[in-house]
Amino acid sequence: MMFLAPVADSGGPVIPNFGKTSQCVLDNRSFCWGWFSKHWGDTFEPALIQHIELTAMAVAFGFVISFALAVLAHRHGWVTNPVTLLSSLLYTIPSLALFEILVGYIGPNWYMVEIALTSYTLLLLFTNILAGLSGVTPDVLDAAHGMGLTRRQVLLKVEMPLAVPAIIAGLRIAVVTVISLATIAAYATPTGLGKPIFDALSNGGFNTAFLAGGILCVILAIVADGLFVLVQRGLTPWASARRGA
Amino acid sequence: MEFLNAFVWIGHNGSQGVTVTGKLGQHMLISLISIAPAVAVGIGLGIVLGHLHRFSFLAINTSNLGRALPSLGILAICLPFLGVGTTPVVIAMVILAFPPILTNAYVAIDQVDPETVDAAKGIGLRPWQVLVRVELPLALPLIFAGVRTSAVFVVATATLAGIFGGGGMGDFIVNQATFGMEGVIGATYVLIVLCFCVQGILLLLERLVTPVGLRGTRGRQAQTLLIESGIDPQGPEQTVSEEVRAVEHAAR
Repeated sequence: MMFLAPVADSGGPVIPNFGKTSQCVLDNRSFCWGWFSKHWGDTFEPALIQHIELTAMAVAFGFVISFALAVLAHRHGWVTNPVTLLSSLLYTIPSLALFEILVGYIGPNWYMVEIALTSYTLLLLFTNILAGLSGVTPDVLDAAHGMGLTRRQVLLKVEMPLAVPAIIAGLRIAVVTVISLATIAAYATPTGLGKPIFDALSNGGFNTAFLAGGILCVILAIVADGLFVLVQRGLTPWASARRGA
Repeated sequence: MEFLNAFVWIGHNGSQGVTVTGKLGQHMLISLISIAPAVAVGIGLGIVLGHLHRFSFLAINTSNLGRALPSLGILAICLPFLGVGTTPVVIAMVILAFPPILTNAYVAIDQVDPETVDAAKGIGLRPWQVLVRVELPLALPLIFAGVRTSAVFVVATATLAGIFGGGGMGDFIVNQATFGMEGVIGATYVLIVLCFCVQGILLLLERLVTPVGLRGTRGRQAQTLLIESGIDPQGPEQTVSEEVRAVEHAAR
């Protein structure tokens, strides 16, 4: 039997042919467990890890930028509106289009993906961090001022700790959003869990890869979301106590 | 330069014999087909559950789960069963548009001040009158906020239809080889404007259906904003209104 090149490089075969092909793959049934377990190591595991890396980096970049802007906006109110406007505008750009446009100017590389993903986190993180910083009850601030804390101390010792729940809430949405958008990035450049999905598409619709890629990124998103719920609960025990009441 | 040429491209109503207006119509149709069932089922179910104050765990966590679900992932899972084309895109978007609508409708009705509801019962309104005349008008802004969130999401996500042969504005974006960079950017401009228009129209509609006495109530608006920005209003945030609400819940 002729050996055909792996899926990514060949636009040719209707069904990917990796040496010995099982009947399941030839029939293109919904899900071929054998094919999936055979290609977990060379396709899905690296894609999953890459996806997690892409997400973590984008959220980290976004967090640094948003945090700085939020602290600035908290201090100087006029910063809020332009930043909100700009980040909303970025957030409104359909992801597929942003990836396509950036590929045209930056090229199909890691920078392009990270710039796009980071730009989508800005609105979510900035809004939530600022809401957390500004949401501190006036009574608490009065007490802090009354104790003689300076403006800087109020920010560092009172407002920031009290903003943690809102910040975690923002990170949670940012992470699940980026996990979702990073999948679409694979349309522009082969990366992350979107890669097996688009490879399957360019190979005439290989069902096992569609399902495997889709289910993996759904699981990744749900697990990430769940982890943030745990962090939220751990950091704010009073909230769950009240919720139980 | 392409950023300016894109305007010319829009002015020429597309290129290669494919019109922007035609694709825009397709795009809006796909979006409408997806949002309609989500609105009908989400609002209906949310109102019923909220009125009964039942299944709050389910109603609230649906949107948390829905927000986490990756659109392309859901789409890919639909493909083996529905094939390539408009159908999987629509099904995936219905699934993704439904949660925020359900949760907002539930929270909106559930959180109507119990004292107001008691008063309504006290003056002799029947249960359905309480719902239609008291709870529903008070809940409308928040219900609309849910629909708005979903509608904007659907209009943006419908772009993915282009990849899977489902039509719409996505066709321009995925065919750079045919329409050029100005086509991709032009289509993006149109989509951004479409998103703002959808948002604007729904805001206008919201104002029109909100009872005059409730217009411009800051408290509600602030709450709406919190939910839109993803901060769980029932979550760990400690605001004054949260304290009040906690007391209300305890009293109930």
